[in-house]
Amino acid sequence: MSLAFSERARAEIDRLLARYPTRGAATLPVLRVAEREFGGIDDDVMVLVADTLDLSPAQVRGVFSFYTHLRRPGWGKYVLQVCATLSCALRGCEGLADHLEARLGIRAGQTTPDRRFTLLKVECLARCGESPVLQVNDDMYVNVTPAKADAILESLP
Amino acid sequence: MITLKINGLPVAVEAGSTILEAAQFLGFPIPTLCHMEGLSPYGACRLCVVEIGEGPRARLVTSCTYPAEEGLVVRTASARVVRARRMVIELLLASCPQSRTIQDLASAHGVHQQRFRQEHEDCILCGRCVRMCEEQMMAKAIGFQGRGERRTIGTPFNEPSAQCRQCGGCIYVCPACQLRCTYNEPDKAICGACANLPAPCLEKEGAADMLCYMSPCVACEIKR
Ligand code: FES
Ligand code: FES
Repeated sequence: MSLAFSERARAEIDRLLARYPTRGAATLPVLRVAEREFGGIDDDVMVLVADTLDLSPAQVRGVFSFYTHLRRPGWGKYVLQVCATLSCALRGCEGLADHLEARLGIRAGQTTPDRRFTLLKVECLARCGESPVLQVNDDMYVNVTPAKADAILESLP
Repeated sequence: MITLKINGLPVAVEAGSTILEAAQFLGFPIPTLCHMEGLSPYGACRLCVVEIGEGPRARLVTSCTYPAEEGLVVRTASARVVRARRMVIELLLASCPQSRTIQDLASAHGVHQQRFRQEHEDCILCGRCVRMCEEQMMAKAIGFQGRGERRTIGTPFNEPSAQCRQCGGCIYVCPACQLRCTYNEPDKAICGACANLPAPCLEKEGAADMLCYMSPCVACEIKR
């Protein structure tokens, strides 16, 4: 396989592995390392991570696809995650998602042509009491109205 | 030995057993779906609910994952349990109405109505096949993917898996009866692929020499 971790990443992974009882337990942090190393995680990277951890690709894929906070290659600079699970749905996340789709001119799951924004509808972001919830890269915004979303997007550098 | 009370009867069971194992050993029936002897408990289908505790502290737990504890009070068929179980069956029936296993459960538990929209899913995500593949077949070829509504079971990246030896174990344990043999499309006969194939094996007679894991075939109910 052509894909491989750099010296530095390998050292970091070894450090991580020392902290966990089993290699599988280090899946998430190692995926983080891989994300930084390759700028995103695609199928080949998942296979590499699986080989590194003595797991099967199915297991790594299961973990990776459960979460939405690990980047896929091709995503934009800002990843907008709109929670679409029950509490947020009851409090109007559909309207928020529609608004963002209209404003950015893309559908959920797509990236703007200038690679600035990627819009995603995701599962519960664990702030259900303050829904609707919008996450922009690693920042969480709660009680988001369309107007508030506009203000957030405009404040982005 | 651990002493507990099941349905009012004081009983003693081996330490380390689950409520389900204890109840089944003693002859109290508890329906199960995702549970399977030889596979680790998973607690996905919620069919095996029982009520533990008393008064306001009584609560429902899944008996296949709950360990038998000293002094525990268990009811396997209280009104609350029966109501919850029937609701679970009704929901399973809505997601997989074509499954014989689930239809049989429904009729056995008197679920005659179905108030939810039918989804006709191929899979109820009980995870039996995933555990079978990992724990008994040592292949780990299939796994869960995604989360919430979009959760599915399959091979990674939706390609034939290098780990799959086509043992058919996943098909064999599927309670949804929907993992179908793909004898007439051998290249598609990878684990997990069958979960998404619509066509059941119809002309089975003509293919008696081909490898089929099911006998009788669960999908078509034709005895070989
Ligand atoms: S439902 Fe949206 S944060 Fe939980
Ligand atoms: S049998 Fe216990 S939850 Fe499925």
